[in-house]
Amino acid sequence: MAMLEVTELGISFGGLRAVDELSIRIEKGGLVGLIGPNGAGKTTVFNMLTGVYRPTDGGIRLDGENLVGRRPHEICKMGVARTFQNIRLFHNLTVLDNVKTGLHNQVTYSLAESLLHVGSYRSKEKQMDERALDILRVFDLDGLADYKAANLPYGRQRKLEIARALATDPKLLLLDEPAAGMNPNETAELMETIGLVRQKFGVTILLIEHDMKLVSGICEYLYVLNFGRLLAEGTPDTVLKNPEVVTAYLGE
Amino acid sequence: MKKIKNLSKNGRDSLLCYAIVIIAFVAVQAVTAGGGLSSSMKGLLVPICAYIVMAVSLNLTVGILGELSLGHAGCMSVGAFAGIVVSTSLTDSVGAAPLRLAAAIAVGGVLAAVAGVIVGVPVLRLKGDYLAIVTLAFGEIIKNIVNVLYIGRDASGLHFSILSQKFELAEGGKMIINGPMGVSGVQKIASFTSGFVLILLTLFIVLNLINSRAGRAIMSLRDNQIAADSIGIPVTHYKLMAFVISAAFAGMAGALYAMNFSTVTAAKFDFNTSILVLVFVVLGGLGNIWGSIIAAALLTVLPELLRAVRDYRMLIYAVLLIALMLFNNSSLKRRLLEKRGMRQMEKLERAGKGGA
Repeated sequence: MAMLEVTELGISFGGLRAVDELSIRIEKGGLVGLIGPNGAGKTTVFNMLTGVYRPTDGGIRLDGENLVGRRPHEICKMGVARTFQNIRLFHNLTVLDNVKTGLHNQVTYSLAESLLHVGSYRSKEKQMDERALDILRVFDLDGLADYKAANLPYGRQRKLEIARALATDPKLLLLDEPAAGMNPNETAELMETIGLVRQKFGVTILLIEHDMKLVSGICEYLYVLNFGRLLAEGTPDTVLKNPEVVTAYLGE
Repeated sequence: MKKIKNLSKNGRDSLLCYAIVIIAFVAVQAVTAGGGLSSSMKGLLVPICAYIVMAVSLNLTVGILGELSLGHAGCMSVGAFAGIVVSTSLTDSVGAAPLRLAAAIAVGGVLAAVAGVIVGVPVLRLKGDYLAIVTLAFGEIIKNIVNVLYIGRDASGLHFSILSQKFELAEGGKMIINGPMGVSGVQKIASFTSGFVLILLTLFIVLNLINSRAGRAIMSLRDNQIAADSIGIPVTHYKLMAFVISAAFAGMAGALYAMNFSTVTAAKFDFNTSILVLVFVVLGGLGNIWGSIIAAALLTVLPELLRAVRDYRMLIYAVLLIALMLFNNSSLKRRLLEKRGMRQMEKLERAGKGGA
């Protein structure tokens, strides 16, 4: 059984059919790309996978469990974490606190302990600090733990967002255009980071990307979306040579 | 090492809050003992304490949770009148005034929290301006309910009615809340020391909350609700938590406030009071707890200090307020802050060559 099984997924906004009859299968440990021209419905798919939108039809199953109709925070608890195309950090919190917020459901203590700082407060906070710093270290952000997230340069904000998502201990990580706005050097470094994340955290990754180099460099399998429908799927080599895909991207 | 520095930064802010309050308390006690405080100033001490608690608790909703509430005085009102009923009922059975005050404050807080839940559950689904307007309406509703509330007490217990007095009190009975006339003949059992203790309690809970798992969840909602939802924070749960804790302290502040006056009417806790407290919070800085403390104290004392200039008192108060707000949002202050941010960035670039 595949880890993520999306079957004939579709959503309409009024008269607009944003995504139609989309089926995706991702095996555990896979690194899969979702590509397509602007407006193809890629982010809409992410929003359905994470419960932000409720699909009009079709099904989504993670390890056999149904995700349709669940709230985003419930889906996160079931093991799906994501990043956003336009970075969404907690700008006024420190880098460390951003990741500690991601640990919310991993290390828990009661409201009374929160208000009175008694019981396991100290030991649990220490545990959170350590785990957060461990994750930050992977992204070379541990030295910036006490900086406000808003003060980080763009590239590091992207990394911090991935770090925060990983703090929720996901089975499946969804990355929405992780290389957007990066220069070629930064993109190359990001590819390395994604590989490292997969290895170190043992997560399955589905990523949306425009950067063909990134996609063909690291993804094992690609789904191409156009006007909300699946245009092609397969290994990067075959898909990127597919004339229909080339037409969709470059025009006739 | 950075981690320790970070913790101590949070710790520093908390320590600053406690230090301000404790030093101010000791200083005022010393001046009072020396006879240096006018009687009108003495009369302001308890209201200042109540307003500080109001400002700190409203800052929890507006600055920490990031939702604008315009009905904070409504919660204060619930606490005030609940507190009066409790303290009056206990007059015979509990001799010690501080105990009666503590009971009044506790019940005031609990009932305001209940009001917070009743209002919060439907209202917190709204956002921004819509939420603000509904909380405003809530404040007005509370005011109007208390305005037609009749509560009396005699040997057989408490009697309630609404719209008009529909009960007869037995011999020796006494009206506690008398509709639009409000309450008169309250025993003034609130003291500066009790206000000081309530402020410390408020600070302890609010500052602890901010530096905890629940507090981070609440602040994450302020900074980015969609992202918070995506990392597994139950949005409604934490919004309600912040809102109810905030309401509870407003209720306690209300009880303290009410026990300082012999006459209290519902009209006191109107929209103007909500706005006044909001002014404290905004002037002190959103999310800045020690700022709220100072702003609440200064702006409560200011009209009294300006009494010397008589007719122009409120004019000068208004002008000063505008000037302070302008400074708080000025390019001068922004530039000062930016400089600090730039320094951080430079340090960062020096520290971490390479990396995106």
